[in-house]
Amino acid sequence: MNNLSVWAGFSATLRRDLLLAYRRRSDFANPLIFFLIVCSLFPLGIGPSPQRLAEMAPGIVWVVALLACLLASDTLFRSDFDDGSLEQMILSPVSLYLQVLAKTTAHWMLTGLPLALMSPLLALLLQLPSQGVIALMLSLLIGSAVLSLIGAIGAALTVSLRKGGVLLSLIILPLYVPVLIFGVAVVEAAVGGFAYSGLLAVLGAMLALALSLSPLAIAASVKISVDN
Amino acid sequence: MGFFVLMWAFFHKLGSPRWFYEISGKWLPWLSLLALSCLILGAVWGLAFAPPDFKQGNSYRIIFIHVPAAAVSMACYMVMAFAAAIHLIWKMKLADVVMRSCAPIGAALTLIALFTGSIWGKPTWGTWWVWDARITSVLILFFLYLGVLALYEAFENAESASKASAVLSLVGCVNVPIIYWSVEWWYSLHQPATIKLTEESTIHPDMLYPLLVMLCGFYAFFVVALLLFSRSEILYRERKTKWVKALAAA
Repeated sequence: MNNLSVWAGFSATLRRDLLLAYRRRSDFANPLIFFLIVCSLFPLGIGPSPQRLAEMAPGIVWVVALLACLLASDTLFRSDFDDGSLEQMILSPVSLYLQVLAKTTAHWMLTGLPLALMSPLLALLLQLPSQGVIALMLSLLIGSAVLSLIGAIGAALTVSLRKGGVLLSLIILPLYVPVLIFGVAVVEAAVGGFAYSGLLAVLGAMLALALSLSPLAIAASVKISVDN
Repeated sequence: MGFFVLMWAFFHKLGSPRWFYEISGKWLPWLSLLALSCLILGAVWGLAFAPPDFKQGNSYRIIFIHVPAAAVSMACYMVMAFAAAIHLIWKMKLADVVMRSCAPIGAALTLIALFTGSIWGKPTWGTWWVWDARITSVLILFFLYLGVLALYEAFENAESASKASAVLSLVGCVNVPIIYWSVEWWYSLHQPATIKLTEESTIHPDMLYPLLVMLCGFYAFFVVALLLFSRSEILYRERKTKWVKALAAA
């Protein structure tokens, strides 16, 4: 197989998933609305004091973004598993590694990317100091891609189970922790007026690691689930 | 060359649950003896004869449980991940049994480490719990064990269950080096490691030796527990074979 067809397989899967999402636009909006609603619950729960909100804003936005990614990842392979597309993907001559990478990329473009783009609005609502806004967006941009890749492993492992949802969060949330720690650290460094490029680089390193290794785990899990 | 043939034969035999059951039955009394004597010796030495700490008085003595439990809980994860890799690559039945047996033992050990740590934290730090990097990482390790167990139980098909949780434990493997280095990375309340292989330890020899004995005891105990769990798992899985039926009838 030459390079062209490898790329073609990747882009065809990407285009297909984006097209499917475009046809069911409400599914795409749900995690974003969840993100917005849960973030707006916090001022009601902990009180509207701007000072306290500003202190907690990086953590709140990050934790809620993480939960939104988690909720969204449950659907990643669900419909393809139900209608048998996943089996066809395993049978197709294009490597499964590239196909699951394309699916995860499409998934990130529909959840992580809009979440990151929406985060300045949430930062405004939660009184995050203005010097932290760019850092929040950048950290979410890189971090959510790692979250999508890790979430895809869990989604692939649990897709054949009837009650996969709760189990998915149980097995995936512990793996999200390093991303959360460094994501929040980036924003807090920026708010404190420190250089945050080093922390951002750590997130980038996690992304590089996840990007190269997690498709292996996702592909293996997809095969296990289809065999089940 | 002869060595490789011997190793291959050993590896080949390991694939047979029955052979493992028989050989482990012979090891078990000796290992139990080792574990028991190390644990009794270390506990009496550490609790009664080791000198009290200059700053912490007698409360530090929980170190003789806390440190070995924490160390073995991490080693247990490595054993589990290693068994998972062997199971995925060579489809060895025994590796799956070992992996399945590691999860509950590891979960119990992390729980012991967290529990003793919080008992130790109250008199020395003045609080039951701090969100220190190392404590948090051990907590995550505990959650990883629970995740592997939950995933294992969720599948009805045994083959898929073992493969899926093998993948999960390999993925979770990323966490173990983070735990190991976390004290160096995010230094806070928890003290850094005091036992070092390459340079002189910063713990006094009078405390170090009982601690090492306890460490040996915990490792031996882990092996004993692993063998017991594996043996009962083997009996359950092979319950329809002739040799298990003969064993049950005898």
